[in-house]
Amino acid sequence: MKLTRRDFVKSNAIAAAASVAGVTLPVAKTALAAEDWEEGIRWDKAACRYCGTGCSVLMGVKDGKVVASQGDPDAPVNRGLNCIKGYFLPKILYGQDRLTQPLLRKTNGKYDKNGNFEPVSWDEAFQTMADKWVAARKAKGPKGVGMFGSGQWTVWEGYAASKLMKAGFRSNSLEPNARHCMASAVGAFMRGFGIDEPMGCYDDLEHADTFVLWGANMAEMHPILWSRLTDTRLTKPGCEVHVLSTFEHRCFELADNGMVFEPQTDLAILNYIANYIIQNKAYNKEFIDKHVNFTKTATDIGYGLRADDPREKAAKNRNKGTLTKISFEEYAKLVEPYTLEKTSKLSKVPEDNLLRLAKAYADPNKKVASYWTMGFNQHTRGVWVNGLCYNVHLLMGKISEPGNSPFSLTGQPSACGTAREVGTFTHRLPADLVVKKDAHCGFAEKVWKLPEGTIPRANGKANGAEQTDISGKPMGKTLIHAVAMHRALKDGKMNCFWVQCNNNMQAAANMNDESYPGWRNPDNFIAVTDPYPTVSAMAADLVLPTSMWIEKEGAYGNAERRTQFWRQQVKGPGESRSDLWQIMEFSKYIKVKDVWPEDLIAKMPEYADMTLYDVLYTNGQIDKFPAEQVTDDRGNKYDNDESEYFGYYVQKGLFEEYRMFNSAEGIPKKGHEMAPFEAYHKARGLRWPVIDGKETLWRFREGYDPHVAKGDGVKFYGKPDGKANIISAPYEPTAEPPDKDYPLWLCTGRVLEHWHSGSMTRRVPELYRAVPDAVVFMHKKDAKKYRLRNGGMAKIASRRGEIVCRVETRGRNRCPEGLVFIPWFDASRLVNKLTLDQTDPLSKETDYKKCAVKISRA
Amino acid sequence: MAGSGKGKGRGVNRRQFMGNLLRTACGVGLMGMGLGMYSRQASSLPAMAIRPPGAIPEDEFLGACIRCGLCVRDCPYDILMLGQLGDEVVAGTPYFTARTGPCEMCEDIPCIPACPTNALDHDLTDINESRMGLAVVVDQETCIAFLGLRCEVCFNVCPIRGEAISLDYQHNTRSGKHALFIPIVHSDACTGCGLCEKACILEEAAIKIFPTHLAKGELGKHYRIGWREKEKRGRALVTPDQEHQYNLPEGVRYDLQGKGLIIESENKGEELPVTSNPLDTLNRGFGEQ
Repeated sequence: MKLTRRDFVKSNAIAAAASVAGVTLPVAKTALAAEDWEEGIRWDKAACRYCGTGCSVLMGVKDGKVVASQGDPDAPVNRGLNCIKGYFLPKILYGQDRLTQPLLRKTNGKYDKNGNFEPVSWDEAFQTMADKWVAARKAKGPKGVGMFGSGQWTVWEGYAASKLMKAGFRSNSLEPNARHCMASAVGAFMRGFGIDEPMGCYDDLEHADTFVLWGANMAEMHPILWSRLTDTRLTKPGCEVHVLSTFEHRCFELADNGMVFEPQTDLAILNYIANYIIQNKAYNKEFIDKHVNFTKTATDIGYGLRADDPREKAAKNRNKGTLTKISFEEYAKLVEPYTLEKTSKLSKVPEDNLLRLAKAYADPNKKVASYWTMGFNQHTRGVWVNGLCYNVHLLMGKISEPGNSPFSLTGQPSACGTAREVGTFTHRLPADLVVKKDAHCGFAEKVWKLPEGTIPRANGKANGAEQTDISGKPMGKTLIHAVAMHRALKDGKMNCFWVQCNNNMQAAANMNDESYPGWRNPDNFIAVTDPYPTVSAMAADLVLPTSMWIEKEGAYGNAERRTQFWRQQVKGPGESRSDLWQIMEFSKYIKVKDVWPEDLIAKMPEYADMTLYDVLYTNGQIDKFPAEQVTDDRGNKYDNDESEYFGYYVQKGLFEEYRMFNSAEGIPKKGHEMAPFEAYHKARGLRWPVIDGKETLWRFREGYDPHVAKGDGVKFYGKPDGKANIISAPYEPTAEPPDKDYPLWLCTGRVLEHWHSGSMTRRVPELYRAVPDAVVFMHKKDAKKYRLRNGGMAKIASRRGEIVCRVETRGRNRCPEGLVFIPWFDASRLVNKLTLDQTDPLSKETDYKKCAVKISRA
Repeated sequence: MAGSGKGKGRGVNRRQFMGNLLRTACGVGLMGMGLGMYSRQASSLPAMAIRPPGAIPEDEFLGACIRCGLCVRDCPYDILMLGQLGDEVVAGTPYFTARTGPCEMCEDIPCIPACPTNALDHDLTDINESRMGLAVVVDQETCIAFLGLRCEVCFNVCPIRGEAISLDYQHNTRSGKHALFIPIVHSDACTGCGLCEKACILEEAAIKIFPTHLAKGELGKHYRIGWREKEKRGRALVTPDQEHQYNLPEGVRYDLQGKGLIIESENKGEELPVTSNPLDTLNRGFGEQ
């Protein structure tokens, strides 16, 4: 294999010469050795670890180690391709600083919040944790403990966690990091359509004539989808790409109509488009009459800040999402003020560009696909702005058919499959059920074989009666969202917090004022499950090493409703155990009596002396399938550490029980049907609803969606009357616009080379070398104005903190004057020291895209 | 292509010329004192060693450089090294290795004013005009962009954004539905800084910096590229073609400069008054016509 440098230069020079001459030379010297080496590699499929695109990869294992990888040529999403992160997938498992044993802060052999981390046994780790959890649960009520999971959890991990928290601990303090990522999209789906997740699928990328990107840098964040969109732009006559953002990013390279708008004015632009469509009578009257209701939402709703913030006190309808029915004419009146002239002035986008965009939507002969990600979702009016985009599509009837598709892209590999579908949000249960509704909780209790009233209702009342808590007091209100969790930790209202599969200390906004003081509050006990020593692990009290990704059997659900499975390929290092094992094993340390009050236990006295593990996981359903040797259809054998440990096919049991929420008799909501467990190990993913083995590509349209009856044409069956909501919402300003003290907008985001907080990709030497540090992207003139120069160090400060990084005026992101962009992957430059913990008051999703900063020479 | 920046409109006035002459003479004099004893053993620089920005052509450079190391001292990123005795690089002369430490392209080019002899051309004031070498995608077989993978790290890190390296979008005929993003280096903008070579994620970089004379081909002096000449002038070099007329059946056009023969019915299937399903027409009734 090894070539000397000289050999290499020589053979490469020959190759270069040959390629110029149009000849392909075999790489003669290495071919033989390579063939020997290939022998004995076991190949199997897996879903890529990173983003919501959901590429499939083939992983090559030899002697218990991943030694090779390739894009899966048979995968419909990526057809053998990968992005640069996917290319390096094997290396994320083998960073030199993998955590291999549980670590607890100790002084003189005893737990001490201010001690140093020392290795402990799993038993000691869980016993310490259980003592803290039981005490906090009793003393502080359902919000006294909290779990923070992930859109990167496997489907069954999310499901098992949901059971542990909602049924076991009787606490709705369960949130995924998807709250920071997808909650606004979810809010808009529920308000608009009554059922979550996109109606379209990736095939829209080949069928649309016009693409519009709203706050989505697909070129870097959904690399393989972008190559599909680009290909359509290249090969389809008349295809156009419109790109909107608050700064120029790589998608502008392909844009026919690139638009940089003033932050927050996307609200105005979308209302202008609706106004244009109405003024020109371009709307699809028949579609509107049959399939749409018009409503308006409450306005002046605040910014999700702490209640004592003056901006919250000033809000007339703080946190209100009430919808009022209106007529089409009233709706037309509400969008009428958004004229071309006014919108152009407000957004700073030239009139010609806006007009061109409006015409693209209004052209009845053009199929339009709109894509958005964090630009829409991480927005203090995120639910509104998602909805405004649906408004435009609904006005035109351009929805739910090939190429006509408003499409919310997900950031994480299983934001859909796990966080949303199995309900790891504070307000949710599996399959779109919510804890606000008694009937939904009742159904879940039946499926889970629990006494009625176990699951805490949002308002703490089951069938009108107060639910009793373990403390004997009434349960009270039980919902608590991600940002509120960090506040509750700081305020000492929540005392135990368990973070799995994400890096929330680095990811959450306003680290200095909220996250860090919360985690280090002496009253609190923070456990972090991680494969590497992340910023979160550093701030924790107990660190639990995890077996990640293909070190366990797993399943992800991507942005187009595609569920994909993989088998365990290798074992995790040392004593690391999967998140699933940790959730289930921890539940053995909690007795039912520790967390359930007597009146609840009295309803099922047989549970009295059991642990949560017995009640939740060995309930005759999850332990129904015996452990078996996992074997693929080629006869290759695979480990399944969880099944071996617990004695039954854990993943299958969990999935099949979860499937009862989708497919059992009497389900409260249809439309999420999944195929049986085995089907997914065979297929390269299946797009739900899967009914009688058939996938659904476009929802709500007859012929494509089996839930739409013949003759109905289109039916938005998530709503009782089958109609979608057009929801009018105005432009409203941001919480913290730039001023004379902090004159610049700060926008944060990602880069192609790194995944999220960089805990995996920054341990791949090649990716680290490609993009080692976060830089501040800014306009040349701004750099000059603040006496900075390209490559020099700058101090960026907000009202909450400051960081230092290098100035980049000529990089991939071109900011307009007055705005700077800093990526958040860099653990040594924590941009969330600067950001404001503002959220959409409806979705509770953090807005990381707009706060005010100043910049000076460091 | 010379090694130094050949800027637009960079005339040399008499005063600068005399100064340059003096500095060069000074360097030559020092060489005469014996400091150049190793210069002959490697009259051509090894391909992996790149001279700092503004380095004059190699032969002259070896004469002018007095091996003082001041450019190395003033490099804020510590990427410049001096050739050691026994190296392939002439001892005492400055160079950098792109793969491990590329030129960061400082706006004020501090290494140049540090040079006492004009071996680094003091007339180079715009780093974008420097020509340290030229990036070449040396291996299209392993460059993963040519395979359709979404890498483009070289493009992303290139400081002469979009000009020195551009991406050529091409249809991926193998997958049928993805595009290729092929990096193309443009010698009129590439400075040879080497940031792309350093960042290349392959185990051996597929894009490398070479001294320009090794990297560059040269078109026959007699030949002009027709469409570029036309673009330069904004019109045809000779009398433009006349307008052509054709015998064509109805519904057929001929677009001489564009698509050629255009059969309207082939292109406008969607705009026909009927769909492919006759039942649509039959069931429509007469009311809506």
